[in-house]
Amino acid sequence: MGSNGQPAPVLISGLRKTFGTTAALDGLDLEVSRGEVHGFLGPNGSGKSTAIRVLLGLLRADSGTALLLGGDPWRDAVSIHSRIAYVPDDVSLWPELTGGEVIDLLGRLRGGISRVRRNDLIERFELDPTKKGRAYSRGTRQKVALVAAFASEAELLLLDEPTAGLDPLKEQVFRDLVRAESENGRTVLLSSHILSEVEALCDRVTIIREGKTVETGSLHELRHFTRTLITAEVKSFPLGLENLSGVHDLVVEPVGAGGERIQCQVDASSLGETLSLITSVGVLSLTSQPPTLEDLFLRHYATLPNDLVESQETL
Amino acid sequence: MSRDLRGFEGTGTLLRLSLRRDRIRIPIWISLLVTIVYVSSRAVADIYPTQASRLAAANAINDSSALLAMFGRIYDPTSIGAIGLVKLIAFGAAGVAVLSGLITIRHSRAEEESGRLDLIGAAVVGRKSALTAALLTSVVTSLALGFMASLALMAAELPVSGSLAFGAAWAGAGMAFAGIAAVAAQISRSSRSATGLLAGSIGVAYLLRALGDSTQRIGWLTWVTPLGWVHHIQPFASEKWWVLALLFGFSLITAGVAFALASRRDLGAGLLADMPGPEKAGTALSTPLALAWRLERTSFIAWTAAFVILGSVVGGVAGNVGEFLNTETGRQMMELLGGEKGLVNAYLAAELSFVGIFIAAYGVHVVLRLKSEESLLRAELLFSYGVTRMRWAASQIAVALVGTVVLAASAGVSAGIARSYQTRESADFIAILGGALIQLPAAWVVIGLCVVGYGLSARLANLGWSALVLFLLITEVGALLKLPHGVIDLSPFSHTPKLPGSAVSIEAVVILVVTGASLVALGLEFLSRRDIG
Repeated sequence: MGSNGQPAPVLISGLRKTFGTTAALDGLDLEVSRGEVHGFLGPNGSGKSTAIRVLLGLLRADSGTALLLGGDPWRDAVSIHSRIAYVPDDVSLWPELTGGEVIDLLGRLRGGISRVRRNDLIERFELDPTKKGRAYSRGTRQKVALVAAFASEAELLLLDEPTAGLDPLKEQVFRDLVRAESENGRTVLLSSHILSEVEALCDRVTIIREGKTVETGSLHELRHFTRTLITAEVKSFPLGLENLSGVHDLVVEPVGAGGERIQCQVDASSLGETLSLITSVGVLSLTSQPPTLEDLFLRHYATLPNDLVESQETL
Repeated sequence: MSRDLRGFEGTGTLLRLSLRRDRIRIPIWISLLVTIVYVSSRAVADIYPTQASRLAAANAINDSSALLAMFGRIYDPTSIGAIGLVKLIAFGAAGVAVLSGLITIRHSRAEEESGRLDLIGAAVVGRKSALTAALLTSVVTSLALGFMASLALMAAELPVSGSLAFGAAWAGAGMAFAGIAAVAAQISRSSRSATGLLAGSIGVAYLLRALGDSTQRIGWLTWVTPLGWVHHIQPFASEKWWVLALLFGFSLITAGVAFALASRRDLGAGLLADMPGPEKAGTALSTPLALAWRLERTSFIAWTAAFVILGSVVGGVAGNVGEFLNTETGRQMMELLGGEKGLVNAYLAAELSFVGIFIAAYGVHVVLRLKSEESLLRAELLFSYGVTRMRWAASQIAVALVGTVVLAASAGVSAGIARSYQTRESADFIAILGGALIQLPAAWVVIGLCVVGYGLSARLANLGWSALVLFLLITEVGALLKLPHGVIDLSPFSHTPKLPGSAVSIEAVVILVVTGASLVALGLEFLSRRDIG
């Protein structure tokens, strides 16, 4: 439930969807609260697009529940669709229609768009609306879908890797627009591979693997569950450090005159204890690197056996 | 040597890739066509056991403009092979042309459109390799099919030289239309419109042969079309092997034109440069129906023009039908059919039944856009903007159905005007227009089957084409093969009243319309229940 008592815009629990013998979704849980930008992460073939396609009512789930804006995505597809906007990961446009025509058509199907907003977005994305669909590059097709989506001023934006073909300047325009949407109280589900983008935009993230949720929470919370890299030069080795339960991958090497250089990974729970032990022996220099989203992400996937990774890639 | 290979590097690998991708599709087509050849040639000995019965049958065909138009002339009325295979020479060659042309497009323009050719072009592959490999795939298929057909005919104990000539004629037709398809693939920007161009050229080629064969005054027309050359090879009569050179030469020339066109354009582009379009959509473009019409508009105008021409030719030629019936059997048949009037009516009914087949093909072509819209993920973009599947699919189907009505009417009106201008009888106009419109219900049944196939799954949408080919064979060849009535009745075209000239069975028309409507409804129901994409 959202903070104001309204149902969460996206609420998925125990969702399963099988294609033949392959389970694309295997008990997925996902909750997106109202007004947040929610990152949806996972490697290729982990089920992100399948989940979004279930939310769009394109696929019917085998079991589990999915609620989109409080409705059933399969049964109430049309009434829900008038309140959402979607940008697919691989946008294909009608070769005979110009970009401007596509934007207008999609806007009218939803019940009309603001001319001012439309033209402003076209200008910001530097889109040429007079070119035919067949003449657009991948990034430009994405811009058309993004203009149509942002112009619609929908309550909920479902964005499936929307920036894969954008140049860094347009990527910045995209980020500004997502932030503005969020400030206006709109909800965004952003499926992405670009971790820096997710880190910059998202309040909370959900990481999935093989159709299951493996981690969900705010970036702050997630960091809490992972390790910080500490590098220090000390006058002498702090005895007992090697025995602390939260310290991993400890490397010690001598530097200069009698000093030692130590490096280790530290669980968040042991951070205080470790630092006080290190400072007690006299610190010459100290750096600590908080875990990046990339570390988080890799921690969940690096442990996958190779054959599993491959079988996922081919999904 | 290496100089000669420049531009063709990697062709062998690409050819193997194409054959690998089509390793199921091609053998199925070949087996189907070869089986039909074998069954037809075996059946003829049972149907026409005596020399006299064969002679009578051959003369009946050669004296009837309608049958000549449909199948072509029998050059040796005493030859069992010539009679047994008359329905398969040009008609079958048109089928081979479809197969061979589709293969060429599938491995050239379709690959280019999907972007897969970019991937291949970046490897050590010559500029001409992809088109060469596509053409070779068709050539290999055509030759294999021709060879198998020859073997089947020999197995049916027909003369060796006739069997070889028949197989060579089919192979030649396949190669000629592979060349046409290669040109179409260069001119068009999408495999969809390339397929449309291919279908159109096969239709024109068949029509030219039909007109030339049915009307002696313009008999030279059979010499300007590859499907006419197929006949002039005269398998099982006096085989004219040199005519094969026309087919092979034509295929080399068209392939050369395709390579010349290909060298003048960029990968992914067509021949015509893109002009900028409107910056904003016209006010009408605001519904799925408007979108469906917008997407079909250009090709619909071309189809309509083709139907108007088809109709005027059919109606204009009708007056010549009775002129050449100065043989004894011809006069007897004329009496049997109710004099010259009856003969003209039989001719018109036969020609208008082609209209039924062509409009069914148009309908299937339009309905199949649903499939490509789904696989290219454009459909789901529309769905996410609040369009229901039902409304989306129904819009496209509506364009298909209304399109068939307009096309049938265009052919009927133009044929009616051309005929009634000669006879000065307005009743002829009404009768011919009726004969064209009466073709609609059977075409709608085929469209309905296509919708059912698509409703079940996007991959099954091609059920529309399979059903059309099957029905065509059942109706046109079924009687010759003495298929049971139960089988012949399976084809909706068997139930279309033969107009003008015979009574209209209201019951049959109503049953066809209800069947077509029910199939469309059933297909939409299936669609609403399945996964998309």
